[in-house]
Amino acid sequence: MKQLVILSGKGGTGKTSVTAAFAHLASLGPFADRVVLADADVDAANLELVLKPRILEQQEFRGGQVAEIDQDRCAVCGACESVCRFDAILERDGYYVVDPIACDGCAACVYQCPTGGIAMHEQVVGNFFVSDCRYGPLYHADLFPGQENSGKLVALVKQHARQRALDEHRLLLLVDGPPGIGCPVISAVSGADLALIVTEPTVAGIHDLIRTLETVRHFGVRALVCINKADLYPAGVEAIAAQCRASGIATVGTIPFDLTVADAMVAGEAVTAFRPAAPAAVAIAAVWERMSAALMNFETPINQDV
Amino acid sequence: MRIVVASGKGGTGKTTVATSLALVAAEQDAVCFRDCDVEAPNAALFLHPVLDSHREVGILVPQVDAQTCTYCGTCAEVCQFHAIAVVGGKTLVFPELCHGCGSCTLVCPEQAISERLAVLGVIDSGATAQGIAFAQGVMNVGQPMAVPILRELKNWCPAPPPTARGAQARDIEIRDAPPGASCPVVETLRGADFVLLVTEPTPFGLHDLKQVAAIAHDLGLPAGVVINRDGIGDEAVAAWCAAHDLPILLRIPMQRRIAEAIARGTTLVAAEPQFRPGFRDLLEAIINRVNA
Amino acid sequence: MKLAISCSGTTLDSPFDARFGRAAAFCVVDTDTGAWTAHANPALSATGGAGVQAAQLVARLGAQSVVSGAYGPNAFDTLSAAGIAMLLAAGNEARSAADILALFQAGGLTQAGAPSHNGHHGG
Repeated sequence: MKQLVILSGKGGTGKTSVTAAFAHLASLGPFADRVVLADADVDAANLELVLKPRILEQQEFRGGQVAEIDQDRCAVCGACESVCRFDAILERDGYYVVDPIACDGCAACVYQCPTGGIAMHEQVVGNFFVSDCRYGPLYHADLFPGQENSGKLVALVKQHARQRALDEHRLLLLVDGPPGIGCPVISAVSGADLALIVTEPTVAGIHDLIRTLETVRHFGVRALVCINKADLYPAGVEAIAAQCRASGIATVGTIPFDLTVADAMVAGEAVTAFRPAAPAAVAIAAVWERMSAALMNFETPINQDV
Repeated sequence: MRIVVASGKGGTGKTTVATSLALVAAEQDAVCFRDCDVEAPNAALFLHPVLDSHREVGILVPQVDAQTCTYCGTCAEVCQFHAIAVVGGKTLVFPELCHGCGSCTLVCPEQAISERLAVLGVIDSGATAQGIAFAQGVMNVGQPMAVPILRELKNWCPAPPPTARGAQARDIEIRDAPPGASCPVVETLRGADFVLLVTEPTPFGLHDLKQVAAIAHDLGLPAGVVINRDGIGDEAVAAWCAAHDLPILLRIPMQRRIAEAIARGTTLVAAEPQFRPGFRDLLEAIINRVNA
Repeated sequence: MKLAISCSGTTLDSPFDARFGRAAAFCVVDTDTGAWTAHANPALSATGGAGVQAAQLVARLGAQSVVSGAYGPNAFDTLSAAGIAMLLAAGNEARSAADILALFQAGGLTQAGAPSHNGHHGG
């Protein structure tokens, strides 16, 4: 069983559109019925908008804790407010109250309160789902807005997806990753066999690609790069190719800028299913062929160039 | 006047809008720009500030004086993040798990714990050619916490202050937010006067717009919307905004020329000056709504 | 000698869990007498620092050695500081905690000299 995670660094390069297309294409070839899907972008879970899954199981997810002051025991001494480093305790009308959004869950106030008047309460911060869609089982989650995305919910999604894949002897765990390079991304690539970084040939895209490459290297994950919206800035494509060569990373193809991707999104379908002859669909199919080969022949180094 | 440009979905055009808004505002007002996307800050690629100040920022993590420590384990007991452990006659600190809350330092009965700065990232600052005071936070690769860097970035004071050209120049602060709707976005929004939500008229754009709109609502901040890449997708975003009293303050059409300019690192108003009046109107609309 | 085995249940017949920080439980066996106890792992649902917390549990239970599939850097440091020998059961096949115990007694386990990976960072 191989685990492939789709990343980007910069948001909006096309991770989810590419993941949905891969899910569709994987259902046709040697991976047919052997794939488990996971959406690790729990902050902005968009894969379900294209895969239209049927939710089979839903569980509340409890994340960090939040402090709460028992006003009956509060001596209004202000010790809590003076130790809080997160500006989470406010004095209001002679009372002290905790701002649950600002609270970090450190409990420093609990231990400094002379009357034992503060307690920590676990919060429900999101939902975890096990679903089924036309391309296979989908594990996904939904973090409530404003919550800490520590990577724990991402880990939960991946852990269940991975277990399912192992239990059913599936060949591929395909994971739609989050943008950025922080905790959720680290959690998403943890245990991955391969990361595909979908980038765009824009100055911002290149800048963020470099940071993403450093991140995957830091955590020892093998990476490949594909360039989306490639015809927007040919000089950018060159810059990316050079950067990849310098880092010893292979590029596995380019995808042209194609508004069909947005039309497919509106129609709620993968672009390769929506209009297989569209330029982006054709290009993504070519990238998938290379990814498929890379996953099947895992030990062979890839020497594909753009 | 603190304006946050946020989106929910990545890649909708936050930086595109934020940088153009800053340039247009700088025609008259004193503008300060903070790039709050500390994982992947991009605004400098467009505004070209001369970054002459560089400061390491982080959190305070504990260090234990082994001579004074009695290995009572109280520090490990109070740490909610397992960042300090007492085993085998030793005290271990795990800085990457530490939130810098100071609780262990406070509870130690021997006062054996002092604090040192664990660097999480840097704040680079300077000014642009137009006199915009600029700062960005850059999180170190491999490091998990963005929020402490954001706090420092919000506290940074531009010196010298930004240039004010107009006779009645206002102080305008623009914060370019990170994508998503989690902690770093909340921290960026906290203390702002207005949230400008940049979206694209597609299902992904709408789904993620709803998340950040919810946060703005919970924080009690007035908000407005910019629809970027207008013309693709469908009308669902516009309909949702209408149903939720979110004014659409600007529409930027889907034009390949614009995408190519952004790809090259040229701001929208530099590449397509006919958008300047639209951004001036946007700025005034925001200011009027806040003052109302 | 007390040996802790990471597992996914609370008896010696339960499956061996190759994860250390997020194992469901630890079976602690007295290898001289065969007596054993099972302990739920509080780190299972920790937001972060699972390795540190699990290591502290193993130390508190008085184990001199522990067997798992891999040790992250924080678990490694904490167990090392506690002077607990870290043993590795290689391979992916399904085995019970009792199977692992038998492997130990046959001398079939290797000792970890360094962390097995870079850490799961809350994952």
